[in-house]
Amino acid sequence: MKKQVGILVDTTQCIGCMACEDACADRWGFPHTDVHELSCEKNTVVQQYGQTYVARLCMHCEEPTCASVCPVGAIHKTASGPVVYDVDKCMGCRYCVQACPFQIPKYQWNKPAPKVTKCDMCYPRQLEGKQPACVEACPAQARVFGYRDDLIEEAKKRIKNNPGTYVQHIFGTTEVGGTSTIYLAGEDFGKLGFPTNLPKRALPKYTWDIMEKIPDYFVWGSTLMAGFWWLTNRKKKVAEYEDELKRGRTEPDELEIKEQTSGGKDAK
Amino acid sequence: MRNNGVLSKIAFWFRHMTFWKSVFLVLVVAGLYSTYVRFVYGLGAATNLSDKFPWGIWIGFDVLCGVGLAAGGFVVAGAVYVFHLDYYKPIARPAVLTAFLGYVLVVFALMFDLGRPWNIWHPLVMWNPHSPMFELAWCVMLYTTVLAFEFSPMVFERFHLHKAAEVVHKMIVPLVILGVMLSSLHQSSLGSLYLVMPEKVYPLWYTGNLPFLFFISAVAVGPAMVIMESFLSSRAFHREIEMPILSKLGKVTAVALAVYLVLRIEDMLNYHLFSYLFTFNTEGILFWAEIMIGVVIPITMLVIPRIRNNKRGLYYSALFAVMGFVLNRMNVSVTSLERHYGVAYFPSWMEVSVTLMIVALGFGAFAWAAKNLAVFPEAATAAEPVKAESYEVVVIEDDAQLKGEPSFGMEAK
Repeated sequence: MKKQVGILVDTTQCIGCMACEDACADRWGFPHTDVHELSCEKNTVVQQYGQTYVARLCMHCEEPTCASVCPVGAIHKTASGPVVYDVDKCMGCRYCVQACPFQIPKYQWNKPAPKVTKCDMCYPRQLEGKQPACVEACPAQARVFGYRDDLIEEAKKRIKNNPGTYVQHIFGTTEVGGTSTIYLAGEDFGKLGFPTNLPKRALPKYTWDIMEKIPDYFVWGSTLMAGFWWLTNRKKKVAEYEDELKRGRTEPDELEIKEQTSGGKDAK
Repeated sequence: MRNNGVLSKIAFWFRHMTFWKSVFLVLVVAGLYSTYVRFVYGLGAATNLSDKFPWGIWIGFDVLCGVGLAAGGFVVAGAVYVFHLDYYKPIARPAVLTAFLGYVLVVFALMFDLGRPWNIWHPLVMWNPHSPMFELAWCVMLYTTVLAFEFSPMVFERFHLHKAAEVVHKMIVPLVILGVMLSSLHQSSLGSLYLVMPEKVYPLWYTGNLPFLFFISAVAVGPAMVIMESFLSSRAFHREIEMPILSKLGKVTAVALAVYLVLRIEDMLNYHLFSYLFTFNTEGILFWAEIMIGVVIPITMLVIPRIRNNKRGLYYSALFAVMGFVLNRMNVSVTSLERHYGVAYFPSWMEVSVTLMIVALGFGAFAWAAKNLAVFPEAATAAEPVKAESYEVVVIEDDAQLKGEPSFGMEAK
């Protein structure tokens, strides 16, 4: 497998200058605003929790829920890590918006031909050999771009060297099977607006448990149904035949004929 | 000439206005206005949907309930053509008609909900077998086609195309088997849609059993819908099914609901739901409402022969089952998610008006078909009030066959 890239967000380093928000808006052609909520015009934001600034962006999950639920494969995880969206495939069912455990994909609700919007880790820029716009703009080393394995090492090092500064957890290493965007924090992640009830298991697996059985079910199920048809059909035929015989016995004309042909074996 | 005929028929329709016709017209006009707003200004202008609540009643009611309530088609067709339960033959046609109309309307409703409905065909060529939605798309598409075939003899006979009807008769068994398989798959997939959100769905409704629960409740409510339909059409145009058949259908609903109840109790134990069960909050109340209205009351009513064999009693049991079913689907799709998203979703009047328009179109189409196509068995119509339980249904069936009354698709042998 190709080496995966990712972004390390160190919330203890963020100074809340919003340079990343503006760089992201420029990259997408979105307006600069003071609203710090993800929306169809904001693919990354910085939110304040007490003294701490927390950057929000797509987590680029190792096994993305959005990609697994999309009926037409409009979202996929690239070999190098970023999770990207293709509007030409999208039919607008918004299952990705519904299913994402981090509520990242947003929708253009007020357009007649709407798109899903989400951070793509500046995949097109990466192809040109550049860093994501938000990382490039960050003056404080609060966002670091690199190979995911290296970033985890870096995060571990920061925790080890500054034991008082950080909580002992790198968010994104265990949640929903792991994410390419990982976080360091100086206080409980739950207090910084992170979901704390996420399973370690990748969410797509919960569906796949059932979905993977479908081909077998279809083959065995239809065979079984055909079998039931055959059985009940035969039962019905036999019943009809017996009925005929019975009626034959009770009607005198037929009885005579039967007696002649069968040598009177069954005659009463 | 022919055009003239149609025009004069339309003129006749408008000149002879009735209460229900005017209701129909009002609903359609309101719905058309909302349709305009929806497609010109986008989903946000017409609905109360948002990034925090992306699926509303167009999914929760139009799709989840619409597909479930149309389940009578595969249940009855399967019973008659796969299991040779000829007893149910007289209801095969109304059940298939409802199913066909139901699915066509579900697809129609989806066109409102999808942001880019012109791409609705994409699952055909762009595959993602990991997505329950992908599976749904394929199954609904294939099953609607199967239903069109199952339904086609009613149209062929109307236009005296007996050759064509015969061709369909020959294919009916494989068609019905395919229909049953596809139905069991996509009825359950509607439940699988929510499996991927264990952290979002309120614990009372999250269970690994979701696909099975959705399937079994559809099996229960399909026959209940056939019962309601027969009752309503007996009032509207004096065409109905014999009581003994319907009350036997009621038994099917009761048994399916009982299995459903066992599964739900199993979930309460497996997922340790007792603290949630007895928490006095919106979710708790709606959960109990759903279980009482949709499961406990109908089972109780249906196991009492005096109620089950009584036309009105049977109708109300079926009505409870259907209402509870709708409540369950709304709970799964709306109630169970509100707490996680931290929003209270309530549909806008435009969302409601589109849904009502679609329901009105469904009623209209059913009424038209019941009048113009061979849907209900002749024998039942002629028999109307006098024939009571003392008659064996076998006799009625023989009647139907003697009169050459085709019962959905093929002859008995």
